[in-house]
Amino acid sequence: MTSKSKWLSTPYVLWSVIFIIIPLGMIFYYGLTDKTGAFTLENIAAIMTAEHAKALWLSILLSFISTVICFLLAYPLAMILANMKVSQHSFIILIFILPMWMNFLLRTLAWQTLLEKTGVINNILTFLHLPNINIINTPYAIILGMVYNFLPFMVIPLYNVLSKIDENVINAAKDLGANNIYTFFRIILPLSIPGIISGITMVFVPALTTFVISTLLGGSKILLIGNVIEQEFTQASNWHLGSGLSIVLMIFIILNMVASAVFDKDGEGAML
Amino acid sequence: MKNMAKKIYIALIFIFLYAPIVTLMVLSFNASKTRAKWGGFTLKWYIELFQNRDIMEALWNTLLIAVISSLVATIIGTIACVSMSTMKRKSRSVLLGITNIPMLNADIVTGISLMLLFISFGFRFGLGTILMSHITFNIPYVILSVMPRMKQLNPSTYEAALDLGASHIMAFFKVIFPDLLPGIMSGLLMAFTMSLDDFIITHFTKGAGVDTLSTKIYTEVKKGIKPEMYALSTIIFVTVLLLLFLVNMSPAGKEEKVEKTEK
Amino acid sequence: MSKELIHLSNISKSFDGQMVLDDLNLKIHENEFVTLLGPSGCGKTTTLRILGGFTSPDTGKVYFDGQDITKLPPNKRQLNTVFQKYALFTHMTIAENIAFGLKIKKKSKSYIDDKIKYALKLVNLEGYENRMPDSLSGGQQQRIAIARAIVNEPKILLLDEPLGALDLKLRQEMQYELIRMKNELGITFVYVTHDQEEALTMSDTIVVMNQGYIQQIGSPESIYNEPENAFVADFIGDSNIIPAIMIEDKLVSILDTRFSCVDTGFGHNKPVDVVIRPEDVELVEPSEGIIQGVVSHLIFKGVHYEMEVMANGYEWLVHSTTMFPVGKQVGIKVDPFNIQIMNKPESEDEEATVIDI
Repeated sequence: MTSKSKWLSTPYVLWSVIFIIIPLGMIFYYGLTDKTGAFTLENIAAIMTAEHAKALWLSILLSFISTVICFLLAYPLAMILANMKVSQHSFIILIFILPMWMNFLLRTLAWQTLLEKTGVINNILTFLHLPNINIINTPYAIILGMVYNFLPFMVIPLYNVLSKIDENVINAAKDLGANNIYTFFRIILPLSIPGIISGITMVFVPALTTFVISTLLGGSKILLIGNVIEQEFTQASNWHLGSGLSIVLMIFIILNMVASAVFDKDGEGAML
Repeated sequence: MKNMAKKIYIALIFIFLYAPIVTLMVLSFNASKTRAKWGGFTLKWYIELFQNRDIMEALWNTLLIAVISSLVATIIGTIACVSMSTMKRKSRSVLLGITNIPMLNADIVTGISLMLLFISFGFRFGLGTILMSHITFNIPYVILSVMPRMKQLNPSTYEAALDLGASHIMAFFKVIFPDLLPGIMSGLLMAFTMSLDDFIITHFTKGAGVDTLSTKIYTEVKKGIKPEMYALSTIIFVTVLLLLFLVNMSPAGKEEKVEKTEK
Repeated sequence: MSKELIHLSNISKSFDGQMVLDDLNLKIHENEFVTLLGPSGCGKTTTLRILGGFTSPDTGKVYFDGQDITKLPPNKRQLNTVFQKYALFTHMTIAENIAFGLKIKKKSKSYIDDKIKYALKLVNLEGYENRMPDSLSGGQQQRIAIARAIVNEPKILLLDEPLGALDLKLRQEMQYELIRMKNELGITFVYVTHDQEEALTMSDTIVVMNQGYIQQIGSPESIYNEPENAFVADFIGDSNIIPAIMIEDKLVSILDTRFSCVDTGFGHNKPVDVVIRPEDVELVEPSEGIIQGVVSHLIFKGVHYEMEVMANGYEWLVHSTTMFPVGKQVGIKVDPFNIQIMNKPESEDEEATVIDI
């Protein structure tokens, strides 16, 4: 195509600079200054205070557990789906995107109804003469909400890489004497690493930074780092502190991005 | 036996994914105003829904933002993809890297950063700021679904069109565009879905007085959700389901299926 | 003939109600180069996959060295496969690829190292141990796929269209390479291809297949010179397939003209098909020919001229190093040895077909 077409990218480049680069710069500006505009590291150091450190630690713990659960649930599922040889890839992906058409907040709230002391699940358990579960307003409910909301983001990249593995590669391993377990650990698992990495990223980052799920399912007692930052902006109006804590959060996200860039050079594991 | 276990596993995951949705649908027919108990079947929330001005306005805002932001994002994103294909490797990967930022970054950080931008440059918070924010996070979805199509494109077809006398613009619309179309459409759909489902970024960029369905629900959480909301989301969900069903049943949808199987 | 190694007995297989193999019987011997040849969809790849253990037959048995291995999974079979498009493990180095099977068999490190060296030498890729498969050309990847299979010392190597993705020149080169490797290894090769030239060049035995049935089994010479039905005649090389009447032993009427031939036992006045290869049609002065015709097309093919001669209502395909211009009156002569008589096709799969390759 002609060299003229290079200019076609101008709107997007401009848009990216104004709405991606500059806003990120603003966070760094606010995060590294105080109310008078003087340079300070206080807002970042604030993460060390007991309250903030506790929230961050809890966020890391819950999102880590959620990511592990998502992975353990999604991998077998993605393998089963990939082996089904459904002619329409998009159909499978659609099934996991479909719940998004029910509002995210309502979907999560519905778990309240399901989990309550006299909720649907406990009614079923009572009917079956099984002990009731009382996890609403506990960290367990938050984990459940995270797994529920982010599971599709683990399934889709895994499904994408697994369905792309040439069947003959697996046949070749068996042909060379490998049993199913050996084939899985030496061939299938290593070949799906790009999908694993992007699945982990897509679950861990939103889980680490959420404030909605903890608000809806954790009652008002449990504060995650996302809740702290949200409150700094909407209630305390201390943008400098909020930005400083966001920078801390971004360090984790950047670490994650670097890891995925290293493992997933071709972007094979991307969502779509 | 093994197949049975697989089927049960898939079924359990689907129950997990769709149980809350079924719950909401059931609640929309619940005559009792509280979630906790079943007060008999009723359609009154569906009737009251259309008389509730606040909800109707939030719905209108939500749809307006989703339609406009996904369309604008699709246009900008598609043009960006086309132009990126002629770029040098290095500048392209820089631009793609920037594109990935809103996708990989936390929504809360994106929301805050845009909020700070709008405050610092004196934007008036309202529909406009929400719209700009949604376009920003929608563009990556469009690019990520158009880009793979762009890579598969055979450049000779474009040259062939020129060779046969087409102008550059005509060659683009007659040859390149139809090839990109499936990617563009799935990007558009993705962007529309993301916009509709977004809460966090809207929460930080909406300002007072303007509400989308998400932000409206969030403010209602403490007081208790109005059952009309359940009715509305049931309507939206069922509509989408029917639309997808129709698209898949239509002859065009079938043709695409065949094409895909052959590959 | 040497010892029988593989016996496929009454194998049938269908996919989605479509018969792919119908009551197939085949024996493969030690140290034989067997080629399964046929158009796509003829069942050759399915046969190979049944041998490899990747597909199980609906009915029938597979015997290996006299033992029933029908139910044995691929990882327990003493044969190895070279897959279409190579199926290399892209996340492993070349050495790791080759060592894969040996590590499973828990061979010692020094044994594995020796084997890798030997295999890379055999496929002419010494020094490639630490490269990744993606950095190799198609032909090189092909060689690695072969090396990976043969280090396990299989008694049989199965090759599924291994040269299909290579360009013509490389393909011809690899054909000789494969023959050399086979002779060096002294094992049985079962080779699947749709390329008749490849089959004729490399095989000891060719199995021609169509629509799930074996059409003919024989040496390349016998398959080429004495095709048993129209399908084989048509699929292997160019040929004139002409309806004719077998008047009596050693005398056939082709296009109402009597030709002597050497075949016997077809009966009296029986309709048959005759096959005459284009290079066996001699063009002579009209007075010297058995029948007369006019040259209607002429193309220079490099080694020879390809001509079509209209005679008695049939367009004869002729390959000759002597050129006869279009419009020239010629006579046609055929040596009795070069007239191959076939029974009329009894079923669809035996008929000559137009095949695009």
